[in-house]
Amino acid sequence: MNDETGGGAERVRDEGYDDFLDAVESGEGFYLECPEGHGSLPPRRVCPHCGATDLEEVPLPETGEIETHTTVHVAAPSFAEDAPYVTAVADFGGVRLTGQVRGVDPEDVAVGTEVTAEVAETETSGERVLVLRTC
Amino acid sequence: MTGVRVAGVGLTHFGQHPERTGRDLFADASARAFADAGVPREDVAQLNYGNFMGEIGEHQGHQGPLMAEAAGLNAPATRYESACASSGVALREAVKDVRNGEADAVLVGGAERMTNLGTAGTTEALAIAADDLYEVRAGMTFPAAYALMARAYFDRYGGGKEDLAAIAVKNHDNALDNEFAQFQKAITVEDALDAQMIAEPLGLYDACPITDGASAAVLVSDEYAEEHGLDAPVSITGMGQGGDKMALQDRQYLARTPAAERAAEEAYADAGVGPADVAVAEVHDCFTIAEVLALEALDFYAPGEGIGAAARGETTRDGDRPVNLSGGLKAKGHPVGATGTSQVVEMTRLLRGDHPNSDAVPGDVGVTHNAGGTVASTTVHVLEVEE
Repeated sequence: MNDETGGGAERVRDEGYDDFLDAVESGEGFYLECPEGHGSLPPRRVCPHCGATDLEEVPLPETGEIETHTTVHVAAPSFAEDAPYVTAVADFGGVRLTGQVRGVDPEDVAVGTEVTAEVAETETSGERVLVLRTC
Repeated sequence: MTGVRVAGVGLTHFGQHPERTGRDLFADASARAFADAGVPREDVAQLNYGNFMGEIGEHQGHQGPLMAEAAGLNAPATRYESACASSGVALREAVKDVRNGEADAVLVGGAERMTNLGTAGTTEALAIAADDLYEVRAGMTFPAAYALMARAYFDRYGGGKEDLAAIAVKNHDNALDNEFAQFQKAITVEDALDAQMIAEPLGLYDACPITDGASAAVLVSDEYAEEHGLDAPVSITGMGQGGDKMALQDRQYLARTPAAERAAEEAYADAGVGPADVAVAEVHDCFTIAEVLALEALDFYAPGEGIGAAARGETTRDGDRPVNLSGGLKAKGHPVGATGTSQVVEMTRLLRGDHPNSDAVPGDVGVTHNAGGTVASTTVHVLEVEE
């Protein structure tokens, strides 16, 4: 049992998702696009929207817009020291990303706020986390 | 294809039972269901059992056969897991098997033990119903996920915290006389608005409690009910199930629940009824905003119009179409694996007239709506009083 995740299993590297985080970290973020233009995040073998199997990596747009957000006051143990923190879903055009919003007071986060994608660490466990940083 | 009768129903008290195991809770609920049904245990062909987090909550997997033992059955037993819709899915499969002649009598139910994990442990355990890579690693909790949906709803359609508070007040009011409910305590709009914030805009009174409990129902075919002279006036006449993308970020809508819309359409068509025929509903109000999304998915309201239903008095006990007369998940409690079947238990009692709120039921068609995750899984059932 790993107390940090609480899920009963050590987090293992997920090739697709951790490669994605690596790419975002080095400023070369990407997402997957099918021939119909549907976007999704790795790991995928098929497009979740239409089932197409020929997925191509395309560059993640520089900025996205917050579509919805919440300030989390009661966190799971793995985020206890991060609370209160803002979690948001941001629209990056081809794909949406869910991440922790940083660089702004929680009360100043609004729908439509422009953000970039980064990778940082959680305060509680030091795990990598996708961060949406206000521009 | 035969019709499906609800021969008997049983619940434990929903609340904090730290000294009781899941097997004890389910033994209790199933014994009540058998006593209510008057069906001998040896006539039951199978147990369909719903449970979500048994491995985490009480270090117990493989709960199907364990719960068959607890219920006194010597029959095949299968656990269904579909997050908070676990026993709703177990119920749908049970209805199918009775309809197609696989079984004359089936025990369906569910149980969950949660309070021994505490708030932090439960928050962590429930989070695994979200997408681990895209959501949990970003700090998503279940209140946070519904808060994201609430904010998206307010942004798209309007409405606010006062509208959500009216739902909490209504559901607490409905639970006052329900002996099985976790909270038999009235609250005010001010109480709800002043409560501790969990994940903005949702506060403590927008969230259902952490609950231990179990539910059970004995379903039989029309022929079995007739042959054995059972007094079973309520039938399950429609069922539907819908699915959606696991993560909110991959959904077409953040403020609508198409999985529930599809489940409702399917259930209405199956029963041959429409939303206007429905007199009463038990919906999955794990958070107040979830009740709004449910009312719209069930097509009682167009998208954007369900938010004020409680505040306007339309879904209250004296309204035209009361919703969550049991108290809902909000006040009755939400032992997640038990919830889907518990809604059918409450609806059966409401329709046949032995629920404390039966007098408020303005008709003989009821609907139950049970959602898993952020509505990535949903079942809808239609219940009707037979002529």
